[in-house]
Amino acid sequence: MPNVQGNMVTTATGNRADTKWSIIKRDLIRNRYIYLILLPVIAYYIVFHYGPMYGLQIAFKDYGLADGIWGSPWVGFDHFKSFFGNYYFWRLIRNTLLINIYELLFAFPASIILALLLNEIRKGFFKRIVQTISYLPHFISIVVVVGMMIDFFARDGLVNNLLLMIGLQPIAFMQEPEWFRFMYISSGIWQGIGWGSIIYLASIANIDPTLYDAARIDGAGRWKQTLHITLTGIMPTIVIMFILNIGSMLSVGSEKIILMYNPITYETADVISTYVYRKGILGADFGYTAAVGLFNSVISFILIVLANSISKRVSEHKLW
Amino acid sequence: MLHKRSLGEWIFSGVNTCFMILLCFVTLYPFLYVLFASLSDPTEMARFRGMLFYPKGFNLEAYKAVMDNPMILTGYRNTIFYVAGGTAINLFMTTLGAYALSRRNVYFSNSIMFMIVITMVFNGGLIPSFLLVNSLGMLDTPWALLLPGAVSSFNLIIMRTAFQAVPVSLEESARIDGANDWTIMSRIIVPLSMPVIAVMILWYAVGHWNSYFSALIYLRDRELFPLQLVLREILISNSTDSMTTDAAASDRLDIGITIKYATIIISTLPILCLYPFLQKYFVHGVLIGALKE
Repeated sequence: MPNVQGNMVTTATGNRADTKWSIIKRDLIRNRYIYLILLPVIAYYIVFHYGPMYGLQIAFKDYGLADGIWGSPWVGFDHFKSFFGNYYFWRLIRNTLLINIYELLFAFPASIILALLLNEIRKGFFKRIVQTISYLPHFISIVVVVGMMIDFFARDGLVNNLLLMIGLQPIAFMQEPEWFRFMYISSGIWQGIGWGSIIYLASIANIDPTLYDAARIDGAGRWKQTLHITLTGIMPTIVIMFILNIGSMLSVGSEKIILMYNPITYETADVISTYVYRKGILGADFGYTAAVGLFNSVISFILIVLANSISKRVSEHKLW
Repeated sequence: MLHKRSLGEWIFSGVNTCFMILLCFVTLYPFLYVLFASLSDPTEMARFRGMLFYPKGFNLEAYKAVMDNPMILTGYRNTIFYVAGGTAINLFMTTLGAYALSRRNVYFSNSIMFMIVITMVFNGGLIPSFLLVNSLGMLDTPWALLLPGAVSSFNLIIMRTAFQAVPVSLEESARIDGANDWTIMSRIIVPLSMPVIAVMILWYAVGHWNSYFSALIYLRDRELFPLQLVLREILISNSTDSMTTDAAASDRLDIGITIKYATIIISTLPILCLYPFLQKYFVHGVLIGALKE
């Protein structure tokens, strides 16, 4: 260690490029074990993350398995053009956007509301029990959740039996395109509301308690306190979560939708990512679906940048 | 409460408590229904309509049928292998990365960190990833489930933050005693960061236990299927036929119903049993993540 200082002085007298190079050289020697430890991790990121990014060029190529990524001929924007001209293009866009907008409208606030309501419970024991129970569905696999849904909401399932008992007509929830979005969003709320509230509860716990005392002295009731102190206090967290949600708007959901949908409900259920799965993985149309996937990511990226800059202007809270 | 509650606050508290009880009921009842139904007599269950609050009759035939199903057993075995192997790889790689990137005075540390963070925003997407796994010859091998997700960048960042919090003085005194980086990592940093490492183990392990999508994409050989893919066939594609071959044709449909429920219970049991112990660690992890933001 002590001779590092000495070297610094000697190299400082050389020219700039030389200085930089020798710093790097010395760093590589001094930290050789650290770089050795890092090697598998760097290799992993290059292969499994940057590899697919390199492979993304097939979106502009007529990809054939025999020719490989490099050998396939370029076709420019042909895949994108054929996607934009596709009969299902607008249906895919509409379904993708609507499912995500409904999720932002209903599922996103649900966790915030639960956190606010939990915060109003004064009995610590009861609060802990409710929290423990509400986190549970988060740990259940999506296959089991959808499996239970299909069973409970089947034509002769639990829910329809209850509907019959109170004199209503049975509904084939999982087979009706009109019901798909409702089923998707509400099951998502059922599974995620508790887990999603953790981050807001943590944020509420960080609010300065003297603010509440001051508000009470000023005559603010519980409702006013919740509105002006709690909600205002967690606003930065809400904004960050909102921007993150917008960023993942177009990308998530396919794993669950693939389990939930069937050709009868494609009309409302088929989104871009499930289309990519069907045409790409099942249909082996790789170049085309890589292009559709790329289109999806580009839109997601634009949305998150847009959400961030709007939020920066409106509320001064931002992700970056 | 120091101040007197107004009537409005009393009503609100009452409504709020009722809402919470309702939430707990709606969350738990589906699991209870499945449990009761799985223990019920198949014939009674087939006729039964309405809400179950205890098993109708008592019958373990469904569990017997599930346990005798070779696909379930293979799936269970495979899943245990994927969870153990996958989590071990995850933990090893994440620890290496987090340790190296938490060291001070490493020239390329920031650029490598930047390279990692970029992958959280941009990725090649489903198709290029599939083609990569294909060209590496990992299609239809267990490696396809173990390697592509070896490091979660999010977890790496959380772990790195925890490692950075270990006092430098401990590391320096070890270095004077002649310890190298490997010793410092395995003898000092890792033992002192056990709470975070526990969270990582749980997150990775539950993730592997519950995942089905990569298996759906990468595996064709039924002998390699994890439990979740077998479940998908039974619950979603609705095929209990393979389990009901020895039952008489009329009973077959009935027992098919309870088999589904028994399958859910058997496949979720490990998570349900561990859940009370796990949940506080999970929450702990979310909060570490939240602090990072």
